[in-house]
Amino acid sequence: MKSSILQTDVITAGNDLAKRIIPCLDVKDGRTVKGVNFVSLRDAGDPVELAYQYSRQGADELVFLDITATHERRKTIVELVQAVARQVNIPFTIGGGINEISDADVLLNSGADKISVNSAVVRNPAFIDELAMAFGKQFVVVAIDTKHINGKNYVHLNGGRIATEIETEDWIKEAESRGAGEILLTSMDHDGTKAGFDNSLLKKINNTLNIPLIASGGAGNIQDFVDVFKISNADAALAASVFHYGEILIPDLKKVLHKHKIEVRL
Amino acid sequence: MIGIVYYGAGNIFSLTAALDRLELNYGMIKKAEDFDKYDRYIIPGVGHAGSAMQKLEDTGLVPSIIALKKPVLGICVGMQLLTIHSEEGDSNLTGIIPLKTRLFSEKLNIKVPHTGWNKVFQSSNNPLFRNIIPGTHFYFVHSYFIEFNSIFTIALAEYGIKFSAVIQKDNFYGVQFHPEKSGVAGEQLLKNFAHLV
Repeated sequence: MKSSILQTDVITAGNDLAKRIIPCLDVKDGRTVKGVNFVSLRDAGDPVELAYQYSRQGADELVFLDITATHERRKTIVELVQAVARQVNIPFTIGGGINEISDADVLLNSGADKISVNSAVVRNPAFIDELAMAFGKQFVVVAIDTKHINGKNYVHLNGGRIATEIETEDWIKEAESRGAGEILLTSMDHDGTKAGFDNSLLKKINNTLNIPLIASGGAGNIQDFVDVFKISNADAALAASVFHYGEILIPDLKKVLHKHKIEVRL
Repeated sequence: MIGIVYYGAGNIFSLTAALDRLELNYGMIKKAEDFDKYDRYIIPGVGHAGSAMQKLEDTGLVPSIIALKKPVLGICVGMQLLTIHSEEGDSNLTGIIPLKTRLFSEKLNIKVPHTGWNKVFQSSNNPLFRNIIPGTHFYFVHSYFIEFNSIFTIALAEYGIKFSAVIQKDNFYGVQFHPEKSGVAGEQLLKNFAHLV
């Protein structure tokens, strides 16, 4: 017996894909860097514990940015990825210091769903092609830090500290054509301000993009998430401190998004 | 106990981690004799359907898989392998379920890969969906999809087009989403599969 829902006209199909809410965790030497203010946490510095709590709260996905600089980094990052994959039942992305196919390979085999690459692919754009060829484009998130200078948007490297002469729009097009599966765009102008996402830039970018866009930088309150989805139609919104400090609870955020008729996973 | 068909297409760390969390026992199937050790099977798969099929052919396990009478669950590309053909690399697949795997058309005006949590609507009280309400979100990440079919589609998803989220023919099931990454609902589906009779 098939219900009527299966017999409706295929042509009129809509779109039941939820907008994603993504907490981002900065990790160094296997510990979270920014302070975290969850009452329920036994160990606020333990990224695995934190990831588990976020998954229970209804986060749709997690991003870990590893900033470990020691020669032990590969070992600690692999241990982290394995521990997260064991504990957490939602997808997650790991970024930071991925320069070679072998870096990505070990992360994939440790349970990471995606890797995020930033400065490494600006310096060597063909690395995007290699990653997409080796693992499929769905595995490759290209993260871009952008800053507005004299009316134009420029790509910045090393966490926004180093300016380049590459225009953000051009770089996004190139990354997409080389095989990026997703773009994570952080506005340096908005990051840390809590004044809302850079909706006009995100909208402009999203209108020309054929792969998913993750909005990042500037989240301060729940309305900022409503605005970024309503205005830019980005596929996902990423934030760190508003979640870590408990200023926004994900269940509350999703209820409000739902009330605004934005498709979310409740 | 679940036998996981081990043929080297993508990582299975997340799948085994999910089974561990659910305390479901499993082992790896690397040769035809291994099938007898288990009472149900999972065919995982990530990446290119054509190269996944080639890897599966290389193991020599395909005739045994086609002959299976116990429950089988194909996940993502593992599901697509159950169909006749994929537009990905114009690849011939096992043909266990008479459906085709197609690329999301540019004309649909949607972003590809289809990435994220999409609502899934099951058609009936299929035991695979025990304790899962219609309209539950599951996590998808794929560029190719299995066409909707009124006989073999047991759950559909809409993303520009209605397509097969879950297919079934006799003891063969396939899910396009990743139950091992689909939160509590995905874990419930894996438990349901483990208890199919």
